[in-house]
Amino acid sequence: MAMTITEKILAKAAGKGKVAPGELIDANIDICLCVDVTTPPAITMLAEKGIDKVFDAEKIVVTPDHFQPAKDIKSAELHKRLDEWARRHKIKYYYKIGRAGVCHALLPEQGHIRPGEVIIGPDSHTCTYGAFAAFGTGIGSTDLAAALATGKLWFKVPASEKIVFNGSLCPGVYSKDVILAVIARIGVDGALYKAMEFVGPALAEMSMQARMTITNMAIEAGAKNGIMAFDEVTKQYLDEHLKDKTDYTVFESDDDAEYEAAEHFDCSAIEPMVALPHLPSGGVPITDCAGKAMDQAYIGSCTNGRIEDLRIAAKILKAKKVAIRTIVVPATPTIWKQAMDEGLFDIFYDAGCVIAAPTCGACLGGFMGVLAEGEKCISTTNRNFVGRMGHPKSEVYLASPATAAATAIEGKLTDPRKYILKS
Amino acid sequence: MAKAHVYKRDHINTDEIIPARYLNTDDEAELAKHCLEDLDVHFVKKVQPGDIIVAGSDFGCGSSREHAVWAIRGAGVKTVIAKSFARIFYRNAINNGFNIIELPEALKKINNADELQIDYQNGLIKNKTTGIDIKFAPLPDFALEIINDGGLLEHIKKK
Repeated sequence: MAMTITEKILAKAAGKGKVAPGELIDANIDICLCVDVTTPPAITMLAEKGIDKVFDAEKIVVTPDHFQPAKDIKSAELHKRLDEWARRHKIKYYYKIGRAGVCHALLPEQGHIRPGEVIIGPDSHTCTYGAFAAFGTGIGSTDLAAALATGKLWFKVPASEKIVFNGSLCPGVYSKDVILAVIARIGVDGALYKAMEFVGPALAEMSMQARMTITNMAIEAGAKNGIMAFDEVTKQYLDEHLKDKTDYTVFESDDDAEYEAAEHFDCSAIEPMVALPHLPSGGVPITDCAGKAMDQAYIGSCTNGRIEDLRIAAKILKAKKVAIRTIVVPATPTIWKQAMDEGLFDIFYDAGCVIAAPTCGACLGGFMGVLAEGEKCISTTNRNFVGRMGHPKSEVYLASPATAAATAIEGKLTDPRKYILKS
Repeated sequence: MAKAHVYKRDHINTDEIIPARYLNTDDEAELAKHCLEDLDVHFVKKVQPGDIIVAGSDFGCGSSREHAVWAIRGAGVKTVIAKSFARIFYRNAINNGFNIIELPEALKKINNADELQIDYQNGLIKNKTTGIDIKFAPLPDFALEIINDGGLLEHIKKK
């Protein structure tokens, strides 16, 4: 029977020859991510049930990130609970502060994401890992507790929807603009419960970092997972990043696999996009919204806090001054150091930006850039719900690092092509 | 009698259900104080134990925070009736043994402050205010099994 890549990975994880959409399976978990806000409750649940073990201390990756370094006393208590547990169970891959980073940037960078594997994490953007031809999905704390104890989790095999990227991106247009265009068309529940399988020539031209921005936001269309095929670009990234375990299985969708729907996009026609408040589906071309005054620019997060994102922003900010407060958050310590070594920090400093330590922080209204009443923020993050980055009467406008940087310079929503085509 | 708190909105998300500024704790009573705060600041003052939230489609979209379920349950809410649910919220509710009802005509057949009586066994909502009986499809068997066992961890222990 023909299967999609998602179905093949789940079949393997369930120890079955085949699975079909709608089928309930018990899947073996290859990597279990643990972060600071949602893992401590799982630890408490396990303790309450008298379960003081983990299924495999080498298949768990721990990093505090949402509120790290601790933003207040209660967050410090969460970190303490996570730290005590990780030490007690001798978790092999425990990234303590100094090496901790925004989880979905950190795990691929540190070589924990392999094709064909099932990765779960108590964070909705765990779907990011699908960029590596893996199955990644976000779960809650109870699911996490169950997975930590048993190494298994129940799943309903999702139907797949194909998202086809034709054409080629124009200068000044990035993968963030592409995924914002997708969500603008299909809506925030356009792929509810489904696997979004991204294919097409425009995708083949993208780097792994750019691809991760797309799979990262699959959840913003309601999807269970986002996934992409393995290719030379994937292989090269893995060759450079995998460390302890370098073998993996590559699955491909069969030509006659079944898809519930397909959406085609001509990427050559996509303009820089801005998702207006208060849904990620509020995307419009920058040409339709340019000129709106902003109070803050935020460049970071699991969506767009990787080194390529910082390079794109720095190129635009070079020898310029920002007109609004601009916060740059490299997503991991490695990215932070790389940005410093490449001289990007000098550019950001000279422009008047503040550079923060790796954290999810303000993306979810935690700290390091929270908005006051009535404030507007151009942000490279993934959500612009009411109150997402602070006061319930603040507003978040989602965009690429290029659009955020251009907007930072002018203090109002600005087409980045103006700066890119000039240089 | 359970009273319906109707929100005629789709995509009521986890940031509205429990804003991240309160996620520095996982204490259910503490979270409950801020339930639905960014959607309806008066909700926690209005809600009575056993009441019901009624909403549009894609309820609970956004973050994976199970705190959303805990905040709702902690506030005394007995169940959520929505046109549809976002998938992580759906899992989290089931895993916590918290019953939810998917009802495509939720907003058409239930008005704010209607008194409802729910028969989960037979998939029937009696709207005492309007006198209408509303049928609903019960959750799938695997989900009911988890709920009846008191949540996923108890369910696993039992297995």
